[in-house]
Amino acid sequence: MNGVHDMGGMHGMGPIQYERNEAVFHEPWEARVFALNRAMGAWRKWNIDAFRHTAELIPAPEYLRISYYERWLHSLIELMVKGGLVTRAEVENGKPAPGSPKATPALIASAVPGMLAKGKPASRDVQAEARFKVGQAVRARNIHPTGHTRLPRYVRGKLGTILLDHGVHVFPDTNADFLGENPQHLYSVRFAARELWGEQASSRDAVYLDVWDDYLERA
Amino acid sequence: MKTDTHDLPQEKQHVHGHQTVPSDLTLRVKALESLLVEKGLVDPAALDALIDTYEHKIGPRNGARVVARAWVDPAYKERLLTDATAAIGELGYTGGQGEHMIVVANGPKLHNLVVCTLCSCYPWPVLGLPPVWYKSAPYRSRAVIDPRGVLREFGLVLPEDVEIRVWDSTAEVRYLVLPERPPDSEKLSEEELAALVTRDAMVGVAKVKLPQAGGNL
Repeated sequence: MNGVHDMGGMHGMGPIQYERNEAVFHEPWEARVFALNRAMGAWRKWNIDAFRHTAELIPAPEYLRISYYERWLHSLIELMVKGGLVTRAEVENGKPAPGSPKATPALIASAVPGMLAKGKPASRDVQAEARFKVGQAVRARNIHPTGHTRLPRYVRGKLGTILLDHGVHVFPDTNADFLGENPQHLYSVRFAARELWGEQASSRDAVYLDVWDDYLERA
Repeated sequence: MKTDTHDLPQEKQHVHGHQTVPSDLTLRVKALESLLVEKGLVDPAALDALIDTYEHKIGPRNGARVVARAWVDPAYKERLLTDATAAIGELGYTGGQGEHMIVVANGPKLHNLVVCTLCSCYPWPVLGLPPVWYKSAPYRSRAVIDPRGVLREFGLVLPEDVEIRVWDSTAEVRYLVLPERPPDSEKLSEEELAALVTRDAMVGVAKVKLPQAGGNL
């Protein structure tokens, strides 16, 4: 979707606000929201693409107004409700519905180090046709999906060159909607800064993006 | 070398990214947590363990050890630049948001900068959780269109003949910058070198400097 989250190349967002010796969390509630997301993620009712898409669906003025972990809180609640883990009434009342069964946590403390060390690779050990080769000139398709996509607006229609083939990775556009992983080749693609931004950019500079096979066409 | 941005008073620095934090957020999150605990969906001790991990165990000191090792061990550097996930794993740093690592090396005529224009992708096992500025609109919007201007805001002015490569983390591949080893650091041990390496240098918004050469960010 052409949302406000797709910020690459925008002007008017103000100066970078750097904080020295920044704490990992600024408020205890931020830490709890972070950890709740990880712990509830262990129920496997959603995936990282659905999580990102849920935040992107926050109306643009609200997305810009609220803080990072408020967006996480929003996404957590939406996904828990959608996944049937809680009802909206329970969230509003802060109490389980009368007679609702008691579950056993999907993630217990002793399993945390193992879960974190293992991670969740996005690569898939399946065969998929690589339509492009390293060194090949490509064009990012000029597409405007209304759902989740990881092809930023600023490269659509632009010419680039394949630098690397990362192998076969889960495709976010379908995975975010639980329509399947649709694994396909993911490439590192070099776009010259002048191709993206015109004469104002340095002729030496370039931007590299990771781009899925479906986002590309032959140049 | 610092711009005014870096010297904002503490109160002002906190405004951004926390513009309108409602006073009830603490209560809302507490209520949500107790609901989830009461339903048996969450183990509060697991939450404590997660928070402790990212506050105390996983952070930029990990990445600094990777960088220092690459500076003193050419064979390790070679492995790091060809299979970063495995080479970083050799030092014990693996897992969430570092499953697919790429390390990009700076040089005298080449500078790398990492951003996530779409959200906040960042290599957690080596750098920990990202700082607010990395996740915020000003950096996300401008790093790709005006990297030289962004670097100037961080106090880093690069000559025109230095090539800049910006890495926009659009997939699950995560990027770590291998900064240049500072000049006159030959006598320092691996541990002393690691102490010089900053988070900012590994994102690409700073260089690594010896303390007497003016310090680092």
